[in-house]
Amino acid sequence: MRAFRYHRPADVAEAVAVLTAEPHAAYLGGGTNLVDLMKLGVQRPDVLVDVTRLPLDTVEEMPDGGLRIGATVRNSDLAAHPVVRRDYPVLARALLAAASGQLRNMATTGGNLLQRTRCVYFQDTSKACNKRKPGSGCAALHGQNRDLAVLDWSEQCVATHPSDLAVALAALDTVVEVHETDGPRDIPIAELYRSPGAHPERETTLARGALITAVRLPPLPAARRSTYLKVRDRASFAFAAGSVAAVLDLDGDVVRDVRLAYGAVAHRPWRAYRAEEELRGRPFSPEVAARAADAELAEARPLRHNGFKLPLTRAITVRALTELASS
Amino acid sequence: MTTGAVGRAYPRLEGPAKVTGTARYAVEYPVDGVTYGWAVPAAVVRGRITRIDTTDALASPGVLAVVHHGNAPRMALGPQPELRLLQEPAVHYRGQYVAVVVATSLEAAREGARLVRIDYDTGPHSTVLTDDHPGLYKPDQVNPSYPTDTAEGDFDAGYAAAPVRVDVTYRTPAYHNNPMEPHATTAQWHNGQLLVHDSTQGATPVRATLAELFELPPESIRVVAEHVGGGFGSKGYAKASVVLAALAARHVDRPVKLALTRQQLFGPVGYRTPTIQRVRLAADTDGRLTAICHDAISQTSTIREFAEQTAVYTRSMYAAPHRRTTHRLVRLDVPTPFWMRAPGECPGAYALESAVDELAIAVGIDPVELRIRNDTAVDPDQGRPFTSRNLVACLREGAQRFGWAGRDPSPRSRRDGRWLIGTGVAGSSYPARARPSTATATARPDGSFLVQINATDIGTGARTAIWQVAADALGVPPEKVEIRIGDSALPAAALAGGSMGTASWSWAVIRAAQALREKLRDGGPPTGEVTAEADTTEEVGGQPALPRYAYGAHFVEVRVDADTGEVRLNRMLGVFAAGRVVNPTTARSQLIGGMTMGLSMALHEEGLLDERYGDWVNHDLATYHITGCADVESIEAYWLDERDDELNPAGVKGLGEIGIVGAAAAVANAVHHATGVRIRELPIRLDKLIGVSDLA
Repeated sequence: MRAFRYHRPADVAEAVAVLTAEPHAAYLGGGTNLVDLMKLGVQRPDVLVDVTRLPLDTVEEMPDGGLRIGATVRNSDLAAHPVVRRDYPVLARALLAAASGQLRNMATTGGNLLQRTRCVYFQDTSKACNKRKPGSGCAALHGQNRDLAVLDWSEQCVATHPSDLAVALAALDTVVEVHETDGPRDIPIAELYRSPGAHPERETTLARGALITAVRLPPLPAARRSTYLKVRDRASFAFAAGSVAAVLDLDGDVVRDVRLAYGAVAHRPWRAYRAEEELRGRPFSPEVAARAADAELAEARPLRHNGFKLPLTRAITVRALTELASS
Repeated sequence: MTTGAVGRAYPRLEGPAKVTGTARYAVEYPVDGVTYGWAVPAAVVRGRITRIDTTDALASPGVLAVVHHGNAPRMALGPQPELRLLQEPAVHYRGQYVAVVVATSLEAAREGARLVRIDYDTGPHSTVLTDDHPGLYKPDQVNPSYPTDTAEGDFDAGYAAAPVRVDVTYRTPAYHNNPMEPHATTAQWHNGQLLVHDSTQGATPVRATLAELFELPPESIRVVAEHVGGGFGSKGYAKASVVLAALAARHVDRPVKLALTRQQLFGPVGYRTPTIQRVRLAADTDGRLTAICHDAISQTSTIREFAEQTAVYTRSMYAAPHRRTTHRLVRLDVPTPFWMRAPGECPGAYALESAVDELAIAVGIDPVELRIRNDTAVDPDQGRPFTSRNLVACLREGAQRFGWAGRDPSPRSRRDGRWLIGTGVAGSSYPARARPSTATATARPDGSFLVQINATDIGTGARTAIWQVAADALGVPPEKVEIRIGDSALPAAALAGGSMGTASWSWAVIRAAQALREKLRDGGPPTGEVTAEADTTEEVGGQPALPRYAYGAHFVEVRVDADTGEVRLNRMLGVFAAGRVVNPTTARSQLIGGMTMGLSMALHEEGLLDERYGDWVNHDLATYHITGCADVESIEAYWLDERDDELNPAGVKGLGEIGIVGAAAAVANAVHHATGVRIRELPIRLDKLIGVSDLA
């Protein structure tokens, strides 16, 4: 692997300044993804800016009832946080469904949001990948694509976003706090990630050098009735074959509000607005949930090996919402 | 001998060294002036190197050399063409090693390898196994030396005449050997002598291979393999890492450490071939088999023929008057398949024991009972009585322990909420063999003993088992005995493979101990060291050719999510008849390890080949799934108290492989019982079962 320099900034401003000034710098959080990619030659930064010592490791309860989670809070600590467990079970469950205990002990909130796809063609520099090397082609489109996208993919890229955490945060309408050269900025999580389009190498709307400093969960009393279901090919330590984050607010049996987001189906955590629309104001039933999922998936375009993701996503939508409705 | 050391659950001797990290593996030995090698794989499927540009690599900090076919030390044309590495520009498969970069640090070597530029002329390739591939042919024999085809009676007529018939085709994907320690070597040349620390299952055969390749007398080469982090068969012979490290060390005239990455283990070190297996069974209405046919298709590379003995399991397992087995092979532009835990028997048993389950349903007889009805005391293949065959006892004891009685045979007959629950059974057998070995036993003046044999402990507990056997053979408490293994400087012995390690090594150790006791007949410690040696070549070679097998029965309960298709294991129980068990702790570990690997085969593992690249794309443990702890909710292994005097002096049958044979079929049969859906292509993953609640 390439020799690199290591820099530990004193504060957020310095971190952003260094990263902006250096053309090939990268932030280092838990290192659970970046270091692997460096070994594989997929990412080749010449400076690592270690942000893990910055004072971003606290979880604060906000005056409005929301929660502010520092970017360097470890995934295992966040999953165990009593307020998260009580008020946002969808988030705690998503975190615990992810990776392995060892990885959760290292992975950070900010790093988790910015982890790279696990598409095997992206991870192998001997094969074509537009995300890794723009213009080289997408080997996955007609290759082994069982794990890849069914929604919103382009001819340039069919990769999925791997994060479980991001799916839960998408359902919670999280605000991502970032620090850029010009200072702090808030980005709704729905605006953080990009569709692949013609430029799959541009994965987020973050400016060069931007550092995620925190994520802010809005107060959402309904989220006490929330869950995360993840289906995978073995019982632990596997990326999702399908996942759903769900928040359900019932008035009697009528859906007053609902938040749904899917993992493993698209280039970004997939907020299922259309399904939500189908559900809102209707008396809840599993059949209604199934129709809602079908509406969301109506525009899906399965690849050669991943058509199963449609019935799977439908099944876990029904199950998650039915469980919440009866809880 | 129940009062002796054999049969007791001694903790493994090297346990403290392993858990404290002092046990050294192949690239962990401190070496002065060491350098690091990094293998460069070919990036084309088939072709010829036209140019290697090493300028950038050699300019990279720390890089000492790029060794390739243009500058590598010359090697002889050995018996294994795939080991003649870096000798010619031809590329036979993607991932074949075409260069090695040597540098002063591991990272520098890796970076240097990235900077080597190689141009190729390429040609068309064929990388996918199909049952109608135009290149299919009949090999002369199958691994290791079985006849390719066998036939008894008249299968076609017998099959056609039978009232009950099953004709089904099963497919298994490529499975990849992933021992915890990768293939890894430290190589050092001193004055024309070669010392290698190698992660191998047999230091003696590695020494022989290196001697041939480098045209040296074997005495000039020493191979040390004190601790080995697993192998599953992939380290059964010398492999690329040892050859590359030795070549590189000779080229730079410094010691070289070379370890393959996890990604590099997918391919060139040997994998389990994909298979396509057609099984036809015919029976009378009582379930007695009248005709059995097993046609197996598998692949090999263009440089070496490895013909897996997939259908051999079927030759001796169940009796029938009309039987036929065939093997066909195709040479593809892929790495050579090789041994992986019970090569042949493992995938073959998956097909046969699944087909027997299908027959049981077709004829309406319980699958345990059906197997019992088709038991045979005489090996259908050899026509001689088995030295011992306790398949029926395993089935009966397993059924009793598992709670098989009263099982409703109808598929989808049990449900617990969203889970469909089912149970399955399969038989298991594996040959009990031994190979010639030599050993020495030494009595020391202080009353202690030293036993030396070049056995290998790849994590199985072999060292401890030999120590127990040696103590009993010497007639002393085991604390008086010191064991030395894992070094080609010790008396030559069989490799750790084919479930014959303990049988082979114990044999030589017992004979050496007996010879020593003869020498010490007067009793009391000697005044100087007294050594006796033994060589079992004649005795093993003179063993009558009898059918010797271990047996087992697997019982599995699974649950399948009716909506998502997820399969989870509720419990797995195996009962085995494997001769005398030397150490219950390590034996149990071997058996549940084999059973877990069978579960992994059934539900999780699959090498996904991208035919355009001729490469397995899921080449790491994040994407090539192996069963994890959370997948094994309950697993139990038992064994019968078996005595068989026609085996070897220790009375042991191997345990390394019997645990995996049949395990995948038991899982698959349980999935069918749970869902009513028969998945005939492994692995049984959720995409093949999703929505089974909609299926009748």
